[in-house]
Amino acid sequence: MAVQYLAANRFGLGRRFDDPPIDDPKAWLTRQIGDYDPAPTALAGLAGREAIATAYAEYRDERQAMRRAVNEAAMDGGETTGEAIQRMARAGFRRHYAEATGARLAAAIATPTPFAERLVHFWANHFAISADKQTVVGFAGNYENEAIRPHVMGKFADLLTAAVHHPAMLLFLDQAQSFGPDSAFATRVRSRGNRQVPGLNENLAREIMELHTLGVRTGYTQADVTSFAKVLTGLTVAGLGRGVGQRLMPADARPGETLFVERLHQPGAQTILGKRYDQPGAKQAEAVLRDLAVHPATARHIATKLARHFTGDEPPAKLVDRLAQDFEKTGGDLSSLYRTLVASPEPWSAESAMFKSPWDWTVSMLRALRTPGLGQRQNIAAMFTQLGQPVWRPGSPKGYDDMVATWAGSAALMQRVELASRIAGRIGDRADARRLAPLVLADALTPETSQAIARADSPGQGLAMLFASPAFLRR
Amino acid sequence: MILSRRSLILSGITVAAAGTLPGFAYAAAGTPRRLVFIIQRGAADGLATVAPTGDPAFAAARRAMADETAGGAKLDGMFMLHPALAQTAGLYTGKQAHFAHAVATAYRDRSHFDGQNMLEGGGSRPYGRDDGWVGRLLTLLPAAERDAIAIAPAVPLALRGTVQVGTYAPSRLPQADADLIARLTAMYANDPLLHPLWDSAVKTQELASDIGGNNGRNGAELGKLAASLMVPADGARVMMVETGGWDTHSGQRGRLAAQLRGLDQLIGSLQTGLGPAWNDTLVIVATEFGRTVEVNGTGGTDHGTASTAMLLGGGLEAGGKVSADWPGLGTAARYEGRDLKPTRSLESVIAGAVAHHYALDPKRVMTTLYPDV
Repeated sequence: MAVQYLAANRFGLGRRFDDPPIDDPKAWLTRQIGDYDPAPTALAGLAGREAIATAYAEYRDERQAMRRAVNEAAMDGGETTGEAIQRMARAGFRRHYAEATGARLAAAIATPTPFAERLVHFWANHFAISADKQTVVGFAGNYENEAIRPHVMGKFADLLTAAVHHPAMLLFLDQAQSFGPDSAFATRVRSRGNRQVPGLNENLAREIMELHTLGVRTGYTQADVTSFAKVLTGLTVAGLGRGVGQRLMPADARPGETLFVERLHQPGAQTILGKRYDQPGAKQAEAVLRDLAVHPATARHIATKLARHFTGDEPPAKLVDRLAQDFEKTGGDLSSLYRTLVASPEPWSAESAMFKSPWDWTVSMLRALRTPGLGQRQNIAAMFTQLGQPVWRPGSPKGYDDMVATWAGSAALMQRVELASRIAGRIGDRADARRLAPLVLADALTPETSQAIARADSPGQGLAMLFASPAFLRR
Repeated sequence: MILSRRSLILSGITVAAAGTLPGFAYAAAGTPRRLVFIIQRGAADGLATVAPTGDPAFAAARRAMADETAGGAKLDGMFMLHPALAQTAGLYTGKQAHFAHAVATAYRDRSHFDGQNMLEGGGSRPYGRDDGWVGRLLTLLPAAERDAIAIAPAVPLALRGTVQVGTYAPSRLPQADADLIARLTAMYANDPLLHPLWDSAVKTQELASDIGGNNGRNGAELGKLAASLMVPADGARVMMVETGGWDTHSGQRGRLAAQLRGLDQLIGSLQTGLGPAWNDTLVIVATEFGRTVEVNGTGGTDHGTASTAMLLGGGLEAGGKVSADWPGLGTAARYEGRDLKPTRSLESVIAGAVAHHYALDPKRVMTTLYPDV
């Protein structure tokens, strides 16, 4: 069993060129639970929520002003200037996404706690947002850094609550546009005789139950979803919309801040999974989230996903049971869950069976290299898009699939070989693949791979072969 | 394609201005001289490039591949040029090509990595130097002839030194060359997941980035690009071009022919592109070591020792000539019983040609380019 390779790649993000050998893999992993730094230096200096929200609002205002200008200019046939202005304005708020993507990669390459960093990526994908909506794009990095990172070693309930309350999630799953049908606000609109009365949007409520906590087909009903959607009303984000709700924000609300606006909230008690919730205002949603977070169905759902991530497509039932029991016993203590995972035999009993995602593979390659493998002007976001895994943009709230077949495709394989080849070409003889191979592949280095690398026709080709080797493609 | 200096800088390439050294402030008379170093990575087979068909042991050692150079130019009583090198043969006739045979660097083992390190670094042992012979040569050249660039993603060891040099890498994909693809095909052969994926990936892959591909046209493109970087008044004067795919362990006949066709087109389009400047240009083509005298069991040759180097250009000292202190190919005459024995150092061939080209003191050139040898 290639335990050193598994520790470094299945649990970690690949061995760094300057990492000492992993003598005691399990101790090395559990130590990271305590050593984890939720705010690594690579992420310092990224824009905060207010700057991100302001950049988006400016873009939206400029776009509208520009549209008006273009409509006027269209009479004189001058549209093209307008398009140029729009491109520039968009670039302004997309910069936050690009910077956060670069910082995420830098943090993953530099981290001394790669197991913890992998868990950050795991949870960000579990509570997936997707930077497809323009309102979400700028917030994507901030979401992972401020909602996910602080809670990955804590209680699942805190992680869930933080994820659900972040502007990126509220905007992505339309919560900012969901209003209680009998809220003070809706009642007033109705009394004025408006035909379009603001109402409920079930998107976030459904995905919390289906994807974040209980799991699909675990017994909750449409009535539960509707009631939960009512519970969540009132949660919204300041400074972004221009819709009706924005006028109800407190005057001192900062752009990008998550708010609970009582006048948007559906009044009264709600019953969910047979339990009655009659807490006032924002406390109602918190109570439901705390109960969902420790539900036995949630325990099993999380146990299955975690087990799959660390064993393969079909996680062993024994491991799933053990993790689910741990989750239930501790009330969703994540550190305890990771300790149980590391101590279990199942993740260590198989050969590297999982295919690295484009993110995993690229990070592990760059960690192995002393010489920076990417040019200074490298567009990181575009690189991951080309590799088939755009960062924070899985396209759906389900996140990226965690199966071998998701990533092991023929065009995808060629993309990796080409990137490895390009990076190896840039490094040339400044890294010796013959010396690097025993370090990064450790006990997974086969005589065949070793020989193939030694026989390469140049140092660069040797490096490309190391990164394209069957062992290095897997974890 | 003509690339101005400005467009180079705009597209993200650094063409560093050469520093000025006291004592070299004079302007060079006439056209500035130009130097192109074409490295053949992977150990090119000198015995098939410039084949010693007149050696009595040649036919027996090469067996079915003894006629690899049939139809090529007869260079003298001993040597035939590979037929794929048709334009190069024309240069030879015009006394603009010289082949130095049975040459090798001071390296005597058979690792590509170490061999290329010695060829480029010019040291006396692998990884003995972190600068290269071209980089050290730049310090001897007048400012007007010192602008150097490599067509490569990073500065190759040969060009490293105290004078800053630029790089230019065409950014178009694909980057994976035919040789790497073939090696990965072997690497994945027994992998149940990767083997079918790779098979289908390779079928849809267009091979475009190696010089041998596309019936030599890739080589022609590369030569055209190199010339366009050297022609402008403020263009590069020293150039390194990297070529791969010479490691012909199997199927050598077709692969080497394709490689040499690409090299021939590279040289031809370089000459065409440089125009009159070709007369003041020296092109050096060299590889890290040669290949075995005997053919192996897979229609190829394995890592050897001595090989052939080419000198091309308008002002050669001894154009139209093959120079060799020929050791013979009989088993007893071979190096370790298997390889062409080196009878002359590649370092001295390069230093001699460079000294003649730039009219520099040969001794000074030798001690600067190869201080350890």
